[in-house]
Amino acid sequence: MALALQTFATVKDANTALRAQGTRYLGGGTLVVRAANEGDVSVSGLVRSTDPALSAIAVAGGKVRIGASVTMAAIARHPDLGALAKAARSVGGPAIRNMATVGGNLFAPAPYGDFTVALLALDATVGTEDGETPIGTFLAGRDGSRAIVTSVSCTLPKADSFRFLKVSRVKPKGVSVLSIAAILEQAADGTVSSARIALGCMADRPIRAKSAEKALLGKSLDQNGIAAALAAATEGIAPITDPIASAWYRAEVLPVHLGRLLLT
Amino acid sequence: MAKVPVQFTLNGSEKAEFIDSGTTLLNALRDKVGDTSPKGGCHQGTCGACSVIIDGELRLSCLTLAETCNGTTITTTSGLSESGVLHPLQRAFLDTFATQCGFCTPGMIMAAKVLLDHTPNPSRDEVVEALSGNICRCTGYEPIIQAVLTAARANSQNAA
Ligand SMILES: Cc1cc2nc3c(=O)[nH]c(=O)nc-3n(C[C@H](O)[C@H](O)[C@H](O)COP(=O)(O)OP(=O)(O)OC[C@H]3O[C@@H](n4cnc5c(N)ncnc54)[C@H](O)[C@@H]3O)c2cc1C
Ligand code: FES
Ligand code: FES
Repeated sequence: MALALQTFATVKDANTALRAQGTRYLGGGTLVVRAANEGDVSVSGLVRSTDPALSAIAVAGGKVRIGASVTMAAIARHPDLGALAKAARSVGGPAIRNMATVGGNLFAPAPYGDFTVALLALDATVGTEDGETPIGTFLAGRDGSRAIVTSVSCTLPKADSFRFLKVSRVKPKGVSVLSIAAILEQAADGTVSSARIALGCMADRPIRAKSAEKALLGKSLDQNGIAAALAAATEGIAPITDPIASAWYRAEVLPVHLGRLLLT
Repeated sequence: MAKVPVQFTLNGSEKAEFIDSGTTLLNALRDKVGDTSPKGGCHQGTCGACSVIIDGELRLSCLTLAETCNGTTITTTSGLSESGVLHPLQRAFLDTFATQCGFCTPGMIMAAKVLLDHTPNPSRDEVVEALSGNICRCTGYEPIIQAVLTAARANSQNAA
């Protein structure tokens, strides 16, 4: 079914048009046009904004603001975003990365949303015309959200404090069995002074592994030090089942991959 | 359905069409413009058969709305040969038996072309990565990878 597309120069006008029943915002279209091609009749119209701010990346004072229309390919090749490149490169094949936007990734249901897993670990904020929302709050309420996301912002991690891992069966590209992002800070004696860990495919959207984070505090990053965190990693998860892996399998392998990530 | 005007440069020629709003670029190219080189395999973004190059970037024409391509430059496989002489990639695909039914071939060639435009002498891993969004059900991937490496060698010999 063809969908009428309305294009607006400003986000404000696009937001107004988006209030109409049956309209959805068009990012890169990799999920929303795919749904229309598949015969999803819940969408009757698409709206987009060509505001250049949506495609801008601004790095200043150790922070980055990424416009919602910025693609995974643009993040992966940006000279100042080396720390995020691995997560951006984990999304689909080359053509998908040239189309998939940061804004769209925030709405992608599991097994998708790999870049959002990284943003959740990085404690990003999500910008709309109404202001900034912490990413956890945004993700919890995303199904009812109608406002256009204009940007995501976060503090750029130090290269050695941020770790990202996507596990897939088909290499080099393939849908996630699971993905994990972690930002870890260590005290002078090597023990963990702060930890944020985010998981993909362990619920219908990216979630934090809060028990594992707590269990890491004050511990060293060796086999003994991480044991309690690995035991706690499956607390509160409800993994998805899809053709790639069952919920049981995902839960079984989570501690294995988390262990590898923490020990690298 | 509202008709909207769309203009772009396709393989060096200016095109101007009125299309139904929401038409995919794949359908616009095949049904309106008459360029049937991009193939519709899955219409889901997974097979890569519909791949085209838009302003130098590889894109899936099945997931791209034609009206978002206004003012762009689009290259498809049918624009690669010059005066009846096949592009080195086309030649290599034929010579190294990298095509059987040929359905995936235009998409493979577009993905390979973007790679060679940026990386004239790619490693095998770079070829695998560049083709990772394209599915072939006939040849297996090895002949295709070899074809791209062969075309890269042919190009570097031409340049020498
Ligand atoms: C073959 C294939 C492979 C894929 N592989 C991966 C993968 O490995 N990892 C992964 O994470 N994803 C993957 N995806 C899913 C998808 O490509 C990405 O998640 C992508 O980032 C979605 O962004 P988009 O701009 O294309 O979204 P769109 O399809 O444009 O939009 C998706 C949803 O988000 C809404 N939306 C988009 N932008 C905004 C905005 N700015 N404000 C408000 N709402 C908005 C839309 O209305 C829609 O509901 C894959 C998809 C395909 C087809
Ligand atoms: S037809 Fe576009 S990816 Fe398969
Ligand atoms: S040659 Fe038949 S699908 Fe590739």
